Parts: sequence; C-alpha cells; structure tokens
Amino acid sequence: MSALKNINNEYILDILENQDHTTVTILSSLLSVQDGIGFLPKNAIKVVADFVNVTTNDVWGVASYYLNFRFDPPGKHTIEICWGPSCHVNGASKLQSSVLEKFKLKNQGDTSDGKFTLKFNTCLGACPQAPMISINHKLSGKMNSLKLLKMLDKLK
Amino acid sequence: MSFEALKRDSDKRWLDLTTGTKPWIRVSSVMCCGTSLESEEIVSVIANYIEKNKMLINIDTVGCHGICYAGPIIDILYKGQPRIFWGNVTKDNVVKILDSYIKKGEVLTDNLLGSLGERSIDGIKKIDDLPGINLQNRIALRNSGNIAFNDIFQYIANGGFEGLHKAVTKMSSDEVISEVKNSGLRGRGGAAFPTGLKWSFMSNSKGVKYILCNCEEGDPGAYNDKGILESDPYTLIEGMAIAGYATKSTNGYVFIRHGHDGPIERTKEAINQAYENGLLGKNIFGSDFSFDIEVSLTGDSYVAGEETALMESIEGKSARPRSRPPFPAAYGVWGKPSTINNVKSLAYVSEIIRNGSEWFKSIGTESSSGTAIVCLSGDILNPGMYEVEMGISIKDVVEKIGGGIPNGRKLKMLQTGGPLGGVLGPDSLKVKIDFDEMAKAGAILGSGGIIIVDDRTCAVDLTKSLVAFCQYESCGKCFPCRLGMTHLLEIVEKISKGKGNLNDLDLMNKIGKNMQAGSLCGHGQLGYNPISSALKHFQSDFESCMDGNCPTGSCNERQIVFPENTRPSSWQTIKEN
Ligand SMILES: Cc1cc2nc3c(=O)[nH]c(=O)nc-3n(C[C@H](O)[C@H](O)[C@H](O)COP(=O)(O)O)c2cc1C
Ligand code: SF4
Ligand code: FES
Ligand code: FES
Repeated sequence: MSALKNINNEYILDILENQDHTTVTILSSLLSVQDGIGFLPKNAIKVVADFVNVTTNDVWGVASYYLNFRFDPPGKHTIEICWGPSCHVNGASKLQSSVLEKFKLKNQGDTSDGKFTLKFNTCLGACPQAPMISINHKLSGKMNSLKLLKMLDKLK
Repeated sequence: MSFEALKRDSDKRWLDLTTGTKPWIRVSSVMCCGTSLESEEIVSVIANYIEKNKMLINIDTVGCHGICYAGPIIDILYKGQPRIFWGNVTKDNVVKILDSYIKKGEVLTDNLLGSLGERSIDGIKKIDDLPGINLQNRIALRNSGNIAFNDIFQYIANGGFEGLHKAVTKMSSDEVISEVKNSGLRGRGGAAFPTGLKWSFMSNSKGVKYILCNCEEGDPGAYNDKGILESDPYTLIEGMAIAGYATKSTNGYVFIRHGHDGPIERTKEAINQAYENGLLGKNIFGSDFSFDIEVSLTGDSYVAGEETALMESIEGKSARPRSRPPFPAAYGVWGKPSTINNVKSLAYVSEIIRNGSEWFKSIGTESSSGTAIVCLSGDILNPGMYEVEMGISIKDVVEKIGGGIPNGRKLKMLQTGGPLGGVLGPDSLKVKIDFDEMAKAGAILGSGGIIIVDDRTCAVDLTKSLVAFCQYESCGKCFPCRLGMTHLLEIVEKISKGKGNLNDLDLMNKIGKNMQAGSLCGHGQLGYNPISSALKHFQSDFESCMDGNCPTGSCNERQIVFPENTRPSSWQTIKEN
C-alpha cells in the first residue's frame, strides 16, 4: 500500500471547490482533500497547487509538515492511542504494546491486511478520562488493554 | 431587532424554560466527560423516551460542569423544585431516572449528585457540598453547564452581549483598553502578558486588522480552551468583538486544530447565530463598528500555537515561527496588524466590561487578578476543569478540590503549564496559584494544566515522556532546538535504560543553555525546562537510574513507543552515529 494512489482529478477539484473553509489556502485545501478521501493522493498535490495558484513544491512543504497528512489510503479503521503524559502515567504504554502485538507492528502504521491504521497521538484532549484512545474518531476513556482488544475484535 | 428587544425576547424565553410547566432536562456533553463516555447516546435515549411517552419536555445539551469525574451528568429542573443532578449516568439507567422523577416525583438516589438552588430538598444533599463546586468562582465558565451551547438567547438572557453593547454604545476604544488594563487581566495562553497593554500596541493604521484567538491548545493535560468553546462559545465571540472594537480591528479568526469537531462545530454555529442577530457583521448596534469572525483550522502541529507560527498556519503554510521584529501588532497575519490572545483571556473580557475592572481586580491576587481555570489530570481522585480564584494554594486545589491521590498513594510530582512548563515536588504544595508565585517556584501556571503524579512514577520516566513530546513537536526550523531536543531525548532514554553517568547531566545542561540562547521561539528556548526542573527536585532518581536501579521500576515497565516525527529534520543522522 505504499504506492501513491491516484484519484480522479475532477473528484478532487470538486472537493476543493466545495471546501468548508471561509479562507481558502494550501492547508485548508489539503485538509479538505484528506477529510474527503482519507489521504492525499499523489495527483492531489498538483491539483491543489493549481487551485491555490502556488507551486507543487509549496504544497509538498505543507503536506509533509503537518503530521496528520498521509499519502496512502488508511486502513478501514483508525485506532489512536494517546501517549501524552496524563495518559502515560495512567498506563498508555500498556495499551500501545498490546495493540502493537495484536497488529504485529513495531510502531504506528497500517496492518498488512489493510484493516487497521494505528496512530499515536500526543493528546486527545480528554485527559481526565486517561488513558484515552479513539476508534474512528470516537473517543473512549478510562481504557485498559483487555477492554481495548475486545473493542477491536468487534470491528468488522 | 434592537438589543433591548433582543434582550426582552431572550428573557421571556428564559423565564419560560426556568419557570414554565415543562421539565427542563440538561445533558452535559463535551469532548471530555461526554463524548468520550456516552452522553451522545444518552441524549438520543432521552429523545426517544420523550417521543414514546408523548411528553412535553425541554431538553438541551449543555457544556461542562467541571467535575469530569462524575460525567456524564444530567440534571432536571421541574415544578419549581431546585435543579437535581445525577452523575455517571449511562444510557441504561437514564430512563429510570426520568421515569421516577418526572412521572412519580421520586428522586432516584442511585447516581444522585445533589440539588442546586437556594432552597434545599429534604433528604437530598446540596451539590455545593461536592468537592470542586464550593471552592470555584466561575467567571469565564459562568454559563458552562447552565445554558445550551447552541442557543444564543439563553446566553443573552444571562447577561450576554451586555459587555459588547456597553463598549460599543457608551465607551470609546481607548476607554475599553484602559478598562482592561486596569482590570489587571493577564494572558492565559502561557506568557501571562497584560492583555490591555498588548491591545494598546496595536497599530493605529486604517484598514484591515485582525484579532486572532488561539485555541490550538496542544498542551497535554490542558483542555480548558476546548472546554470553553464547547460549553459557551458565545463568551469567546463577545470577547473577540470587544477586543476588535478596542483595537479598531475589522476581522477575527478563531484558530482550532482540525479534528476537534465539538469545539469547531459549536463555535461555527455560535458565530452564525451572532450574525443572524446582528451581533457580528456590519454596523453592530447601529454604530459604525463592523466586525467579522471566522474559524480557521490547523493541522497537527504543537508549534502552530506559537503566535507567529499561528499566523503562518492561518495563511495556509507550514507552522514555523517567524523572526521578530516586525511584531504582530504592526505586521501580523497576511501582513496586517494583528493581536493574538488565548481563548481564556478573551472569555473574561465581556464580564470585565459589563461589571467593571474594579470588580475583576478585587478577585484573585495583587499580581494575578481574576481566576485560573485549572485542569487536573493524572493520579488524582477527582480529575476535572475547575475555575478557582488566583491565590488559592496548590495544596487546596489538589486535596480539597481534586480529592487527593487515590488508593492511599503519595504525591510525588506536579507537572504544570504544559510540557515546556516544569515539574514541581510535594514541597511546592504551599505555592499559590498565581503567575508570579509559580514562576518563582520554578514552574509556570501557563494555560492551567496540572498533571498530578504519584510515587509509582520515576522522575526520569515522566521527564522522558515530556522530552519526547518536545522532540516530536519541534518544527525543525532552527538547529539548536531541532538537534538539541533530539540529543536531550537520547540522553534521557539512555539514563532510563540504566546507562549514562554524571557527565551526561553536564552535557544536558550545556545543550539546554545553547537551546535557550540560540532558538528562535519559545519551544526551543524553554525545551530544557522539563529536564532542569526535574533535576532540581529529583536528581536522585536520575542517579539511581544511571546505576540501573530505577527507584520505582516505571522506567522499565512503561516502554513508550514514540512515533517518529516525519518533519524534515536531521535526527535520523544522529541516531545512526
Ligand atoms: C511552542 C508554543 C506553543 C504555544 N501554544 C499555545 C497554545 O496552544 N495556545 C495559546 O493560547 N498559546 C500558546 N502559546 C503562546 C502564544 O504564543 C501566545 O503567547 C498566546 O497565545 C498569547 O495569548 P495571551 O496573551 O492571551 O496569553 C504557545 C507558545 C509556544 C512557544
Ligand atoms: S525553537 Fe524549535 S519550534 Fe521554535 S522555531 Fe526553532 S525549531 Fe521551530
Ligand atoms: S494526555 Fe492523553 S488525552 Fe491528554
Ligand atoms: S467534565 Fe467537563 S471537562 Fe471533563
């Protein structure tokens, strides 16, 4: 899944034209594409560059800077585990290791069957309920390994 | 509609809600207590229940009560009785609560938190006795948990937009600035700079000028900015408009990290409602003051919260800080004069104008007026978001409000003001929550996050997680920070693995000094703080770890897997050597 997949230019242009951002910039355009498609297809860089009237170099610069952007399709389900200090002292590393083991991964990334994307987040913004995780953008707090593995097993 | 008419209308609606015949159910739902648990499901269960029983009931989703440990929370106001609150509500027990109270008038005691209101009900304790309620003085959070996040009339009925109305119709811009100066309000975003003074620097040039509201809030352990936007976005909008009037600005941006859908959607909706009611846009209150606000989203980058990086990000570029001068007040976003404030700083402004600066100054301490919104997390019985008067001791915050450390463990460390802040030991419990007092003690109040850590955690282990954060988030623009953070992380990791020696402490000190002297922005300048403050209080932990005896074992037990930073940087080259 490392190849940069292409998506129809018109489709991307449509997303850019209908983006939900009042001020249109390189960043707002990239955020809309990723929200719409789940990742930044290779040709999107050129489409965005033309749309915002900058160079592809400018667009690559922004796309490689913000850590949320990805360049290949994500797994079917995205799992985020917070490793911020509030979650760290409440056992985040245990969550990390049990999910890494289940997914047979060494660090954040995608499982080989394309089913899961694992991400480590610096703070999910609900520290009182630490340790925090999110599954497909839905937050869940007071997590433990057993509960998390069960939740993952339920995902189809 | 004139403001007077709008106010009359709002008051009438509020009276209907609070004294009418229908029960009013309020479900507290924000990212923290709510959405992360199951309050959204609870709202739909209640909606189904109402429909099935064909009942006439008002239901609203409201913001945070601050007592995260009790979330999700619902409360009912009915038949002139005081508001009754239940905590840790689930979608399974909520129907029982409603059934017995609304149908039979019986207060279910399971999950009961208590009642709120002047009168008390026999046999039901008052919520004011709960830890964390009676020691609060809620100004920025005054409406939070009380009004619907999506009903501007409820905000207006509670004094909303009176501050803006007073400013625009009765005061000059300079008078507004003097009032804010006199209030002693200092910035809640980190540096504690006096807000009124900052406003007075704004260039007098004509044309487009910006008020930028910083809700990047990347500090792990802090969630009060997002909390305000989710609970009462109107108070921020009103504060921004007043800042706009005071600095003769024309436009405002609310800057939020993408993906935080609660704060983003709620702020957008509040802005729309303000436009619909003539409280934003052209000629506000018929004056010649016009002001527009929009939401601007950023990607994942902690440094985007730094003021000049934020401007780059609004312009759609990588969030790398600019060199100064020129300063934002003269040359900010899109090259126009700009003033940047944190959400909390702006959230106080409407009440300062409405009630006068003397009122605000009378709260808190000489050097830090008003309140602090502290976010407690970590090893604490009652984690939550509490608005307390400046001057309260950290001890009272941790023990009385937070309920102390659970399971009979001992307090070991307090991590305050975000990862760049510092680590304090138990001897600092006597320190007061106050910008200057905390700085004197070697930490910062910053944006109010306090992570409480008990004696199961080794200081090296905590430091490692903080340093890893700072390394991961360096923007890479200048090498003292980019390489320095990477080098520091390597050394701390080495120590936590039982290697390293005392020379490493000297080496870290040297690197830290270079970073402080040579970095462009606060990230690199303050990046050595977590280590220096930990060493100040817990050098013995570092020494034990070097000998392979981690004092608590947490360095071995908790192997954090750090994600790799994909930002172009030379850290891989160091690792290979
Ligand atoms: C690396 C870094 C990150 C920052 N992040 C934030 C942030 O998330 N929110 C914030 O309000 N201020 C942040 N600041 C401080 C801002 O630069 C700025 O001082 C502040 O927003 C000004 O608002 P105030 O005067 O109301 O405090 C950060 C500073 C640095 C150096
Ligand atoms: S100090 Fe660090 S975060 Fe700040 S500009 Fe330099 S590299 Fe970027
Ligand atoms: S530190 Fe994990 S949610 Fe904030
Ligand atoms: S319950 Fe309000 S922030 Fe957690």
